[in-house]
Amino acid sequence: MNLSEYIQSRQELLIFEFLQHASMIFQCLVVATILGVAIGIATYRNPTLASFATGTAGVIFTIPALALLGLLIVPLGLGVAPTVTALVLYGLLPIVRNTILGLQGVDRVLVDAASGIGMSRARILLRVELPMAWPVILAGIRVSTQLTMGIGAIAAYASGPGLGDQIFSGLSRIGGAGALQAVLSGIIGVVVLALIFDAVFVLIGRFTTSRGIRV
Amino acid sequence: MSDTSTHTGVPIELENVTKQYTSAGLAAVDDLTMSIPAGKIVVLLGPSGCGKTTTMRLINRLIEPTSGRIMIGDTDARAQEPNELRRGIGYVIQQAGLFPHMTVATNIAQVPQMRRCDKQRISTRVDELLELVGLDVAQFRGRYPRQLSGGQQQRVGVARALAADPSVLLMDEPFGALDPITRERLQDELLRLQEELGKTIVFVTHDIDEALRIGDKIAILNKGSKIAQYASPAEILANPASEYVEQFIGSGSAMRLLNFSKVADVELGQVAQVGPDDDVARIRETIDGADTPYALVVDGDRRPTGWVTSDGIEGRTGTADELATPIETTIPARATLQEAMEGLLSAENDVVPVTRGHGEYLGVVSLGTIQQELADLKERQKERRQHERVGAADGGDSA
Repeated sequence: MNLSEYIQSRQELLIFEFLQHASMIFQCLVVATILGVAIGIATYRNPTLASFATGTAGVIFTIPALALLGLLIVPLGLGVAPTVTALVLYGLLPIVRNTILGLQGVDRVLVDAASGIGMSRARILLRVELPMAWPVILAGIRVSTQLTMGIGAIAAYASGPGLGDQIFSGLSRIGGAGALQAVLSGIIGVVVLALIFDAVFVLIGRFTTSRGIRV
Repeated sequence: MSDTSTHTGVPIELENVTKQYTSAGLAAVDDLTMSIPAGKIVVLLGPSGCGKTTTMRLINRLIEPTSGRIMIGDTDARAQEPNELRRGIGYVIQQAGLFPHMTVATNIAQVPQMRRCDKQRISTRVDELLELVGLDVAQFRGRYPRQLSGGQQQRVGVARALAADPSVLLMDEPFGALDPITRERLQDELLRLQEELGKTIVFVTHDIDEALRIGDKIAILNKGSKIAQYASPAEILANPASEYVEQFIGSGSAMRLLNFSKVADVELGQVAQVGPDDDVARIRETIDGADTPYALVVDGDRRPTGWVTSDGIEGRTGTADELATPIETTIPARATLQEAMEGLLSAENDVVPVTRGHGEYLGVVSLGTIQQELADLKERQKERRQHERVGAADGGDSA
């Protein structure tokens, strides 16, 4: 059985797992973005807090994915809960770091001009700082996507959803009939999905970044 | 918000204002008392670190004073919510500080938007303001700041500051980053705008030439925002209050006097005036009653239109308008003495009318007027030197 035959024979399951993977990554990204940007906003004006936030996110980052998933099974059990938790935690670092960098990178002169014409703190953040930092934040979200895409596949270890199932079940019976094909189709699925997500981000970037600051 | 500019300037009073950053250190602004007259341009001039920017930022509370009181018009600045206060005060900074991610129109619309004006009015107002600062509406409305030259950016900066029609404008070295030619042009345009708008403008700079050109009054500041001298440009040039001020002005004060004293500051001559419809008998009567053999024809809008001379009406009939030699040159009151001199040299007559605003007659100027001004300056300098010499001799005796 070659690869295309394998894919054809399991078309429905593969499509299901592909979409499941996509939806898992998307949802985790949404949560990671909201949390990450919130943490960034809460800390960027205080250098100590900001480096504490990036430091902590960095530490989480260094924990091997497999180990983190394994650890999370203890309190959260198998399935979706540990997967989502792990993915969100991994996804945080690039977003937190880029949000802080992006916001700190906004020219102080602009912030001064903004408060000088009577903008409130919240308005300065929403109308000046976030739009100016947005390309940097978006770049962080993109890196997060690529990261979580790969780590998401490992989630099958904790019986998580998605294409990881193909890879893990294939690996566990490697040498058997269709095992290699299963691994390959899982990998190809993840790569294709990553490319699609990236293309979407390029589009989002074009439509959400002001023409005045687009490079 | 009004459609046209209706809020002319209000006075600003700084009363014993102190700003201390650390309890032990030197005060950035040390017990400053100063009154800024309504509708005038007051320049805060001093070396970097003298506290001039701090002083300006105290007015819109970007910096809170440690003690003292600041009155803007009838209200205490501290009685107002800071953001609300700032929306009512125009703020222009170096390199304009435009928001790069917003179009020119959106940049200008910021304050009216915060004041929740309706969209249609904001849009009309933006167009008005672009026109006011001399930018083509169709061409510039939708552009982004990075697509503009430095000078154009600063025009937009001024338009943004004027958007809510504030009574007070704070300008922090607004033209500092521009090339000399653009800077000079924008300075002139600011003066033209000011003639029209009559705002109270506080202008911070370290450039003495700019201060002399722009300011109705100049406050030369020393460390701690201590006022070394607070007077009109002509007064500062003619009578520097201290060595510090003299250092600041540098040499060549006579040339500077010509360069920076405004025609409006010198005592203008007056001549007999006739209306455009006056007949010969009436003109004759006016001229005979005056000490000059000529009279100025001034129209219904108080604009000078021509000269009638005693010889020119001899044996003729008609109205003043028909008999007059039309006036080719007038000198605006905001012109410098040097510009006035150039105008006088190229004019047909020895006496040229001075106008303000939209050409309204104010008086006349001649080369004699300017000569007198220079002679006065020389006299005052001589007196001062003598005074200093006497002072120095006294000091020597007591030592």
